[in-house]
Amino acid sequence: MAATVTTDSTEVFDKKSWMGGVEPMRVSYGKLMMWFFLLSDTFTFSALLVTYGLIRFSFPAYDPAVHGAFQFSDLYWPIPEKVYNSVPFLHGVDLPLVFVGIMTFILIFSSVTMVLAVEAGHRMDRASVEKYMLWTIIGGFAFLGCQAWEWSHFIHGTEKGRLITDVLTGDVRTIFGANLTENEYGPAAFADLFFFITGFHGTHVFSGVVLNILIFYRTATGLYARRGHYEMVEKVGLYWHFVDLVWVFVFTFFYLV
Amino acid sequence: MAGHNYTHDHEEVEIAPPQTKAIWKTFYILGAITALEFLIAFTIHTGPFKTSIFIGLTIVKAFYIVGEFMHLKHEVKSLIWAVLLPCMFVVWLLVALLIEGESIFMVR
Repeated sequence: MAATVTTDSTEVFDKKSWMGGVEPMRVSYGKLMMWFFLLSDTFTFSALLVTYGLIRFSFPAYDPAVHGAFQFSDLYWPIPEKVYNSVPFLHGVDLPLVFVGIMTFILIFSSVTMVLAVEAGHRMDRASVEKYMLWTIIGGFAFLGCQAWEWSHFIHGTEKGRLITDVLTGDVRTIFGANLTENEYGPAAFADLFFFITGFHGTHVFSGVVLNILIFYRTATGLYARRGHYEMVEKVGLYWHFVDLVWVFVFTFFYLV
Repeated sequence: MAGHNYTHDHEEVEIAPPQTKAIWKTFYILGAITALEFLIAFTIHTGPFKTSIFIGLTIVKAFYIVGEFMHLKHEVKSLIWAVLLPCMFVVWLLVALLIEGESIFMVR
């Protein structure tokens, strides 16, 4: 036991104390460090979203009076609801932003089951922690599956594609979908930012799911019951809510605005 | 105590009833705001007004996620400010670089 307070004859375990016997900001060491880690992660995601804003503002916006009816073009930044308008199994139906909305709900819901797991942990209710952790893991996988579909659709493109003229050779050809250098939907930077921002977020979701599985395993084997508290669930919960929070911002700044 | 199972020791503890009212309330608020955003996306014309509504609603959502789900609202003031203040400087960076982007557009 590292954090023990030794008096004359008795040894009292003091959960509340860091090594010096005080608990700065009235949270445990692990939770405070999780908060600061999340703060640093906030900076990374902010950098990506600020970059998106900078590049978007440096391109012309679509204006019906100037550009006519909307079509995919290099000349202006695309409107997200024209790009993300597909839903699995509903081929050819124009459903703008519906799929992203579903993804948002999945993530919010898995956030709720996470907070329910934390609440059950406070009550030392092991069976409920297991149940809600499992739901959270399922939500995480569902989100990742949706994102995989979204990416694959974005990469493969629409049926019609877009005619482009090669700047160097003058060749006219049709491109489908997007990669890091060519983009059917608009300027190449738009696709690059899509891959970087949603990809970086997806990586976070993935590591969150891995952590959730670990926590579920350790709950199921009774480690936290023996330890006497479920604080690990809270710490991983903070991370998982942060992932949800980032998606709220990505949803607004990438898809809605 | 040959057949004694160690996990058995802990199951004697009484489990308190769940207190989940506030959690579900937060969920309904978040869901309602998302639905509202969805509605606004297709009813109001694109412009600064629409954008500011979206940003406002996003901040409300962030408040509920960070305040209730991440429990920050119930922490001590010093922790709240330790998290909030650096984020406020990010807004400054955002505004500065949006203006920068605008001037790149003008130069092009």
